[in-house]
Amino acid sequence: MGLPQAKLTATEARLASLAMPVQAGWTRPLREAALTRVQDLGLPGRRDEYWRFTRPDELISAAPVPAAVLPPAENATFEDIDRLRLVFVDGVFDPEASDDPALAGLEITRLAEAEAQDIPWAADLYGVLESRGQSPVPRPLAALNTAFATDGVLIRATGKVEKPVNLVYRHCDETSDAILHHLIRVEPGADLTVLETGPAAARFNKVMEVDVADGGAFHHVRSQGRDHDRRAATHIFARLGEESIFKSFTLTMNGAMTRNEVVIELTGDEGVAHVAGACMGDGSFHHDDTVFITHDAVNCESRQVFKKVLRKGATGVFQGKILVKEGAQKTDGYQISQSLLLDEEANFLAKPELEIYADDVACSHGSTSGAIDEDALFYLRSRGVPKAEAQDMMVLSFLAEAIEEIESQAVRDEVVASLAAWLERHRR
Amino acid sequence: MLEIKNLHASLEEEGKEILKGVNLTVEAGKVHAIMGPNGSGKSTLSYVLSGKGGYEVTDGSATLAGVDLLSMEAEERAAAGLFLAFQYPVEIPGVGNMTFLRTAVNAQRKARGEEEMDAATFLKEVRAKAKDLKIDAEMLKRPVNMGFSGGEKKRNEILQMAMLEPKMCILDETDSGLDVDAMKLVADGVNALRSPDRGFLVITHYQRLLDHIVPDVVHIMARGQIIKTGGPDLALEVERNGYADILAEVA
Ligand SMILES: Nc1ncnc2c1ncn2[C@@H]1O[C@H](COP(=O)(O)OP(=O)(O)OP(=O)(O)O)[C@@H](O)[C@H]1O
Ligand SMILES: [Mg+2]
Repeated sequence: MGLPQAKLTATEARLASLAMPVQAGWTRPLREAALTRVQDLGLPGRRDEYWRFTRPDELISAAPVPAAVLPPAENATFEDIDRLRLVFVDGVFDPEASDDPALAGLEITRLAEAEAQDIPWAADLYGVLESRGQSPVPRPLAALNTAFATDGVLIRATGKVEKPVNLVYRHCDETSDAILHHLIRVEPGADLTVLETGPAAARFNKVMEVDVADGGAFHHVRSQGRDHDRRAATHIFARLGEESIFKSFTLTMNGAMTRNEVVIELTGDEGVAHVAGACMGDGSFHHDDTVFITHDAVNCESRQVFKKVLRKGATGVFQGKILVKEGAQKTDGYQISQSLLLDEEANFLAKPELEIYADDVACSHGSTSGAIDEDALFYLRSRGVPKAEAQDMMVLSFLAEAIEEIESQAVRDEVVASLAAWLERHRR
Repeated sequence: MLEIKNLHASLEEEGKEILKGVNLTVEAGKVHAIMGPNGSGKSTLSYVLSGKGGYEVTDGSATLAGVDLLSMEAEERAAAGLFLAFQYPVEIPGVGNMTFLRTAVNAQRKARGEEEMDAATFLKEVRAKAKDLKIDAEMLKRPVNMGFSGGEKKRNEILQMAMLEPKMCILDETDSGLDVDAMKLVADGVNALRSPDRGFLVITHYQRLLDHIVPDVVHIMARGQIIKTGGPDLALEVERNGYADILAEVA
C-alpha cells in the first residue's frame, strides 16, 4: 500500500535531512523499527483528519523556519523552587550548566550516553509506548522522534524524590532543529515531579515516554515559552499501573506553532490521570492540544482541563478523546475545553470525543468559547479597578480551573505570576 | 453632592429611551430615597450614573461634587467617590473576594494620588468591618460572591462600601432578599457611614428599610422621571395606597 504522492515526497524530503546517531547501541533496532513506522505512515499532511485544524507543514519541513532568539525569562522559570536542573541548549545537553544529577531515589542517565550501557528498563520502554500510541490514530512525528532523537534523559525514580527534576530548554541558535526523547520510569510507590521550561529551539520535536508502575505518582509541569517564532511538536505517552497517579499541566505563552499531544493508557485499576493546560495566544499564534485517554481498567479517573485565551488572530485547537474500553467499569471521565476570545479575530476549534464500550461509567465533556463577561467586568470597574486590570483579573479567573490542577502551591504561584506579567506586557 | 439635571438616556442597541429627564439633587449629609413601580428606570439611573456600558446619554448632566460624572470611565467615577451597591451583585469565579477588594481599594487610592493601604492594615480593617456585618471570614476567602446566598451578597456590597468609603452611595434594592435581622445589620452598616460629607441615594420598594435608614427626602420615579418629591411621609403613603393615586395626580 503506497502513500499518496504528496505525502511520500514530503516524508522523503524530511527523512533525507536526518541521520540516526552513529553511536546508537541498544536503541538501534528500536530506531530502525520506528523509521519503518514513519515510512509506513508518512508524515502528517493537510488532508489528514487528525490534522484538520493544524497545518503540519512547518513541523515536517526539511529545515525549520528560523526563529529569533529572545532574552530568557518570559515564562515561569521556577527559579525560586529548589530543583535539579538538566540543561539542554538547542537540544544538546550542557553538563556545565546542569546540576549534579546525583539525588536520592533517582537514577538519571543522558540518552546519548545510555546507548552504550545496559539499562534493561529503558530498553523495554524506548519507542514502546510511542508505538502503542500509533493506534488507533497515527502519530508519525513521534515515530520520527524515536528514530532520530539526538539526546534526552532517562529518569528512573525508585522512591519519593524530594526535589523536582527541571529540564531546562535554552534556545540560542535561530535555526536549531532539536529532537529529544525522554524516558521516565516511576517504580512502585515512587513519586517524581518533572518540570520543563524554555523555548528549546527554533523547532522542537520532543517525546516523553512515562511508565508509572503500581502506586507510583508522576507530576509534570511545563512552561513553554517564550520565543514568538518557535515551533514545537511534543508527545507525552504515559502508561499507568494500578492506583497510580499522573498529573500534567502545560503553560504556553507565545510560540508560532505548538502541537502538544498527550496519550495516556490507564491499564491498572484505580489509576488517576489529569491533563491540564493554560495558554495565552496573541497574534500569529497557533496552539493545538490533542489528548487521547484510554480507560482499560476498572474505577479509574481521568480529567482534561484546557483553557485558552486568544486575541488578535491567534488560533487555539483542542482535540480530546476519552476511550472507555469494554470492561472499564466505574470510569469517571471529565473533559472541558474552553476559550476566552478577547476580540473577534481570535479562533477556537474544538473536537471533543467520547467513545464508550462499558455500561457503568460517568463521563462528561464540554466545550465553550466566549468573550469576557461584560457584567463582571463592569462590577470590577465600578469598584475602581481600571479596565485593563479588570480584564486581566477576568483572564486569570478564566484560567483558574486549569491552574488549580497544579498541586504544588509554589509552582502554581510561579505560573500565575508569569501569566500576570505576560498580561501586563501585552496590554493594548 | 450629586446633581442630576434633565438626564435622558436610551438603550444603545434598541434606541429605546428609559430615562426621560431626571432631575435630582442629593446634598452632602442627606439620605434620599427613590421608590417607584417596577421598570420605571431606577436601576437604569444607577447604572447610567456609575458608567455601565449599553446606555447612551442623549441629554442632561450629572455631577458629583461639581465634577462631571458622565465623561468619566466607570473606574474613574468610583475613584471620584461614587459607589453603587448592585441590585444583583455579580458572581466572579476565580477572583478572590479579598484580592478583588484590596485591588479596588488601592486602585482608588492610587487614582486619587493617595498612599496605598498595606496588606496588614487592609486585613485588619476588613476583618473588623466584616464582623460588624456578621460576614464569616471563611466566606471572604471564596471567589467574589460565589456560593453566597442572596442576603450574603447584599451584605458583601455593604462591606465593600464600608471599605471604599465613597462620597456618594447609591443602594439599589439592598433590602430585597434580606431577612429581618440581616436588614437591621445592613441598615446599621449604612447608618454607621452616615456623615455630613457623604450622600445616600437609597432605591427601595419598601418602607421597612426606611424605618431603619430614615430618609430626609423621598422621590417617586415613574416612566423615567421623578414625578413627585416629599418627606418621609411620602414613603408611608406609597406603602398604604400604592402608586395609583400619585400616578393619577401627575397624569
Ligand atoms: N439592557 C436592557 N435591555 C432591554 N431593556 C432594558 C435594559 N435595561 C433596562 N431595560 C428596560 O428599561 C426599563 C427600566 O428598567 P430598570 O431596571 O431601570 O427598572 P427598575 O425601576 O429598576 O425596576 P425594578 O423595580 O423592577 O428593579 C424596563 O422596562 C426594562 O425592561
Ligand atoms: Mg431595579
